Amino acid sequence: MTTNPSKTTPVAPMNGAQALIQCLENFGVEYIFGLSGGAAIPIFDALVGSKIKLILVRHEQGATHMADGYARATGKPGVVLVTSGPGATNTVTGILTALMDSVPIIVLCGQTITPMLGKDAFQEADISGITMSIVKHSYLVKETNAIPRVIKEAWHICQTGRPGPVLLDLPKDITSAPFTGSTLDPEMDIPGYKVPPKPHKADLIKMANMFKGSKKPLLLIGHGAVIARASQAVKKLAEKLNAPVTNTLLGKGAFAETHPLSLGMLGMHGTAYANKALINCDLILSIGSRWDDRINGNNAEFCVNAKKLHIDVDFSEINKIVKPDAWMVGDAKEVVEELVKYVEPLDTKEWLIELAYYRQQFPLKYSNDKGLTAQYVIDCCYKVTQGKAIVTTDVGQHQMWAAQFYLTDHGNDWLSSGGAGTMGFGFPAAIGAQFGRPGELVVAIVGDGGFQMTMAELSTAFVHKLPVKVLIIDNKYLGMVRQWQELFFENRLCGVDLEGNPNFAKLAESYGIKAFHIHQVDHCYDLMKEAMNYPGTCVIHAEVIKGDNVFPMIPAGKSAHHMIIEPPTKKLEKPTGST
Amino acid sequence: MTKPNIHTMSILVTNKPGVLVRIALVFARRGYNIDSLVVSPTVNPTFSRMTISAKGDPQTLEQIIKNVNKLVDVIHCGEHDLTHSIEKELALFKIKASPAAKAFINKHSHKFHIKINDASESHLIIEQTGTTAELDEFEGLVKKYDLVEMVRTGKVLMAKGREST
Repeated sequence: MTTNPSKTTPVAPMNGAQALIQCLENFGVEYIFGLSGGAAIPIFDALVGSKIKLILVRHEQGATHMADGYARATGKPGVVLVTSGPGATNTVTGILTALMDSVPIIVLCGQTITPMLGKDAFQEADISGITMSIVKHSYLVKETNAIPRVIKEAWHICQTGRPGPVLLDLPKDITSAPFTGSTLDPEMDIPGYKVPPKPHKADLIKMANMFKGSKKPLLLIGHGAVIARASQAVKKLAEKLNAPVTNTLLGKGAFAETHPLSLGMLGMHGTAYANKALINCDLILSIGSRWDDRINGNNAEFCVNAKKLHIDVDFSEINKIVKPDAWMVGDAKEVVEELVKYVEPLDTKEWLIELAYYRQQFPLKYSNDKGLTAQYVIDCCYKVTQGKAIVTTDVGQHQMWAAQFYLTDHGNDWLSSGGAGTMGFGFPAAIGAQFGRPGELVVAIVGDGGFQMTMAELSTAFVHKLPVKVLIIDNKYLGMVRQWQELFFENRLCGVDLEGNPNFAKLAESYGIKAFHIHQVDHCYDLMKEAMNYPGTCVIHAEVIKGDNVFPMIPAGKSAHHMIIEPPTKKLEKPTGST
Repeated sequence: MTKPNIHTMSILVTNKPGVLVRIALVFARRGYNIDSLVVSPTVNPTFSRMTISAKGDPQTLEQIIKNVNKLVDVIHCGEHDLTHSIEKELALFKIKASPAAKAFINKHSHKFHIKINDASESHLIIEQTGTTAELDEFEGLVKKYDLVEMVRTGKVLMAKGREST
C-alpha cells in the first residue's frame, strides 16, 4: 500500500504518528530538530522515508534553539521532536526563549501511554503542566483521530497574531494506534482564538493627528516590526515624517541601522545618542516593542514630556508598562502601511542637528591600547562580512558589543535571545538559521560561557557540513555579571571566573572542525577574513582582554537620564531594577 | 455593597482539560489570590462559565483580564460591576441547636432570606441566599451562636438586560 502525500482524503491506513508526520509534510515542514527516546519511537518511526529531514541533536535544548533560529531566520515555524520525561523537560529553556521573543515553534513530546498517565511511569513528566505558563498553547492529545486537528490548530496558533511556542504532549499509545479519521485536513475548533482585526480608519486618524506640531519625534522599532516584515512600511513612515529611528535589541534590522535616520539600539547598553533622543523627544511611537525594562528602567521618568503612541499585535501590551496617548492593536506592517497615508511630513531639521551633535559628541568607541578588545574583533567581523551575515548571539557583554558594532540592515538577520536572555542560544540558533537559509553566511557570536552550554552541537554542525562560523569572544569570565560586581558590588567577584575553559581550537578540531585562533590586534582582521571565507564549519577562538566593560550603561531600574557614558571614577549605588 | 477593591469577572471558556489551570496561572504568577471561583455549565454544552472574585489593584486586574482573554480556550473574559449585573451567593451554616439560636434565626429570617434546611436534636443547618455582602453580614452575626461549620458557593453573577454576561 502506498500513500499519496498530496491527497488528504481518503486516508490510507496509517497510525497516529504517521498521520502527524503526513500533516507536517503537507504544511511544508522541511526539518525536525530532535532527539529520540522510548515514548517517541513511533513518531521517529514515521519519519523513516518521510520528506522531512530529521536533524539529530546532542541535547534537547539545542533542538529548541535550532527550531527557534530556523523560525527567526525564515519566518516559518520550527519543529522540535523529543521524548517524554527528561527529553521533554530539557526543552523548557528553549520554550521560554521562544515565548519571550514571540517565536513560532512547535514542540512535539513523546509521553507515556495513557493508562499510565499520573502513575509515575518510567520517563513520565507532566510536561503540559510544567510548561503551561511558558507556551502560547498546548495539548495533551488523548485521541488518535484528533491528531490532524490538533496539529493544524498548533500550526495556525504558533504563527498568527503574536507568535509563540505550542507544545503537543503525545502519549505513545495514541501515536501507535490506527488513525481511522476521514481526513488529514479537518476543521479547526478554536472559537476562543482571536487574531487582531485590520486597522480602523478612525484609530489611524487619531494616531496621525498626534504627530501634528511634533518637533522632536522618535520612532521606536521592536521585534514586532521584524516579525510582521514591516521594514518597507517603517522606512516609508520614517522618511515621510523625517523622524529619527531607534531600535530595540530584537528590532535590529527592521529599519536599516546604516540609514542616516537610524540612531541604532537604545536602552541599557544602547548608543548615547539614541538614549539622548529618548530623553529629549516630544513624541515617541513604538512599533512592535513592549517598552521593555531594558529601555524603560523607570517608568516615572520615561519620556515624561513626550506623547506616547503604541502599535502592538498583542492587546495585553497596551497599558502594561506605558500608558499611551494613542494606540492601535494590529499587525505592524498592516498598521504602519496605512498610517503612512494619514501623516504629514514634519519639520525636524533642528532635532536632527541636535541628534547629530550627540552622535559626534558621544560615539561608540573602544581602544586596543590594553590589548585585543571584543569590540575590535566584532568590528573586524562586521567589516569583513560587509554587514551581510546573519548574526546570532548568546547573552552578555559580547551580545551587547555585537549589537553595538555589528549593524544590521535587514529584519530576520539578527537572532538573539532578548526577553529570556538565554545563554547557549547563539550556536544552535545559528545551526537552525543555516538550515533555513542555506548559501547565506551565518555567524554565531558567542561568549566563552554561553558556548559551553550548548557546544555539544558541534557534532550536529559537522555531520550536516553546515558552514556556520562560530566566533567565540573569550574573556575568561561571565563578563556581564563581573561588570556588575565591579561597578556595583565593590569588585567582589563571585561565580564569574571561568577558570578551566577548554582549548576551544583543539576542542573544535576534535570534532573535525576547522579552528582559528585570534589573540593579537595585528592579525585579527586578516584571520577574520580567512575564517569568514572558509567554506565549512569553523570556530574562531578570539581571546580578548579580560576586564573590559560595556558602555554606555544605564543602571537597571534607572531612566536614561542616568546613563553612564564613560567608565565611572566614583562608586555607584546598587541598582534597584531586577537584573 | 461589595468592598471597592474586590473585582468580579465572568469568563466563558471551552470545556477543555487544563483550562482552569491556565486561568489560575494568570492570577498566580502575579501573586493574586482568588477569593472565590465558581465553574458551571452554560446554555451551550461546549462552553462553561467561570465567575472569579479577586482583590487587588485595578492595573494588575486589567492585565489579568487581558491575559485571560488571550488564552486560546477562553471565549471571553470581562469584569462586571453591580450596577449592571446582579450577584448571588449561597451559604450553609451549621450551628449548635439551642433556644437562643432558634430565636435568633426567627428574628433574622426575613431580613437575611434564611431558612432552616436541616434540624437534628443537636445541630441546625441554615441556608442563606443573597449578595456576598449580605452573607458576610449574617456570618458576622451567626458566629456568636456556636458556629460549627460554614460552606459558601462563591459568587455568581449575571449581566442585566440585553448585555451578555
